[in-house]
Amino acid sequence: MKIADLNLNLAPLPAPFPLVRGEVCASEWSAVALTIAENHGRLVTLWGSDDRHGEAGHFVVSAVYAVENGTLLWLDLPLPDQQLNYPDIAGIFPYASHMQRAVADLLGLVAEGASDTRPWLNHGAWPMDYFPLRREFTGTEVRDWPAVTDYPFVSVAGDGVHEIAVGPVHAGIIEPGHFRFAVVGEKTLRLEERLGYTHKGIDKRFEHLPASEGYRLAGRVSGDSTVAYAWAYCMALEAVWNWQVPARALWLRALMLERERVANHLGDLGALGNDAAFGFGLSQFMRLKEDWLRLNKTLFGHRFMMDRIVPGGVAFDPDTAACAKITAQCDAIEAEVRELHAIYDDHAGLQDRFLTTGRVTTELANQLGLTGLAARASGVPRDVRIDFPAPPYDELAVNIACRNSGDVAARVAVRFDELLESLQLLRQIVRRLPDGAVIAAPDNGMPEGRGAGWVEGWRGGIFVALTVEKENRIRRCHCHDPSWQNWPVLEYAAIGNIVPDFPLINKSFNLSYSGHDR
Amino acid sequence: MWKILKRIAKTGIATETPPDLQKVGAGETAATQRIHDEILQILGRALTIREVDAGSCNGCELELNALNNVYYNLEGLGIKFVASPRHADLLLVTGPVSRNMALALQRTYDAIPEPKLVVAVGDCAINGGIFGESYATLGGVAKMLPVDHVIPGCPPEPIAILQGILTAVRYRLGTRAAADSAGHA
Repeated sequence: MKIADLNLNLAPLPAPFPLVRGEVCASEWSAVALTIAENHGRLVTLWGSDDRHGEAGHFVVSAVYAVENGTLLWLDLPLPDQQLNYPDIAGIFPYASHMQRAVADLLGLVAEGASDTRPWLNHGAWPMDYFPLRREFTGTEVRDWPAVTDYPFVSVAGDGVHEIAVGPVHAGIIEPGHFRFAVVGEKTLRLEERLGYTHKGIDKRFEHLPASEGYRLAGRVSGDSTVAYAWAYCMALEAVWNWQVPARALWLRALMLERERVANHLGDLGALGNDAAFGFGLSQFMRLKEDWLRLNKTLFGHRFMMDRIVPGGVAFDPDTAACAKITAQCDAIEAEVRELHAIYDDHAGLQDRFLTTGRVTTELANQLGLTGLAARASGVPRDVRIDFPAPPYDELAVNIACRNSGDVAARVAVRFDELLESLQLLRQIVRRLPDGAVIAAPDNGMPEGRGAGWVEGWRGGIFVALTVEKENRIRRCHCHDPSWQNWPVLEYAAIGNIVPDFPLINKSFNLSYSGHDR
Repeated sequence: MWKILKRIAKTGIATETPPDLQKVGAGETAATQRIHDEILQILGRALTIREVDAGSCNGCELELNALNNVYYNLEGLGIKFVASPRHADLLLVTGPVSRNMALALQRTYDAIPEPKLVVAVGDCAINGGIFGESYATLGGVAKMLPVDHVIPGCPPEPIAILQGILTAVRYRLGTRAAADSAGHA
């Protein structure tokens, strides 16, 4: 059965890529999911909202799917009669499990029939009957808060099996999360992650911000992807408000997005060398990254370009001299990266640690919905810049970087290829940068409505679903990080590897804790 | 190996002069030795830092990691990030303190031997920043722990963090000197 045969009542939503929305009932909810899975579609994100208005309205569970013909399908399931459950789809898309558990924590809506119903974001630090996204709560209630509770990890028993508990505070300067390894000797039998430590209540916080200011918060969902998040948010808001962004601004957004990708890939390539005991790699790549960030500061006024994408455009306008600096830096960095690439490739010790470590096969990647950079390293050629090209990517031919082996070496190789491709794109953007204004004033007032943004961040696709009320108010803003799909895959990638290789495997994915926990 | 050595020779020494001590409140020279001596004088050994992300967006972590690159050469100044709180003199906290991290932060603080310093890095660690206070976050670090020094910014740049750390150490020197002179008197 095809999506078209489902007889769904779908209407297009405003967005710079094909997006349709429809409402379904509970039985259709799972039937559609099954059909999409059978047709090689995939779940992009799943979230819940409280659309009750006094006696009227409902709780709503929403899902967005990428379907076969290059369209995003946004489905809403309104729950009738104040009902608090909806059919589980984690049996169809396993990676929906964490998302469903988050919906249960934030709204008290339960996926009926789900095999795992443990709390996910709520560690017991706020009451189990407190659902912050419900309308009756402001999110700032002061109470006598309970203590953090124990978490029922799945335990593994057997001869010689023992557990290693790591985190939430890790040894280095990294974000907090907990890993529970079940091991025999040095071999990992099972890894279970516990996340949610950096849950900051961002979804609720959006409700307290004017829609025109929400881009600042979106830009801080995950600091290393601030450009991608701010762009996705602005894309959604501009779609709702029918705001025409000048072409120059869109090209400058792409310029920043590619610069963000390069900065993060430089950092990761250094760190991956370091995790394989090759400190030279870290020193060299961190030096290049610092040069890169310093030019960001000179050109955009911020090392990570935070708050430089604003609704209606961008908050800076580079002159010819600035453009020349960008091109010159791309040339300089490319020469150095090529030199370092050759060193990495020739280094037997490094390759020994990279090759076959933390493998994710193409089959497993598809089954578990792996996305972004890690998916491309496992032979799953997906890239929002190519599959859902919003301007200016519809005019920029992006060459996809892809590998099939799915190991650490493949994720390193994809980073090298993408880095060089981004340098090529940057030179192209600077050369073809259109003239004109960099920001437009809104001319249609601030109507209510829904919109979405979808941007390929350096880690993968970042999706923002936005519902705006009248008078510049945010009704619901859901930001989705690709880490939601990829964290569970890391649990599989670790199986059969030795514990000392875990930092290397983990780094090769480099997933966001903050982007996941929100 | 030849390529690696060639690259190292070509790169040379990229380390920059540390921030002028004038900017951190005293002195005239900016010599590395001076900073090093000062740290030794205050602590009797190198300064060791345990960093805890108590709920940040990871922007501050990026800048703290940058502090370890060759330009800033933090370890050359005798300042080192360590894995165990038991080895630390200073607790450096980023992020609005999420309720889910509060217990881990408290335990890390408790594990650091006295005398210890607490530095809050970034606007979020100072007052919750854009995330504010809610069911999920307590707000600034000072809601939980005695904070000796704060370093504003979103995120603060590496050089500002370095200046902030030196200021915190100098502050400790000041209080130690005051305590000593009171003791002698």
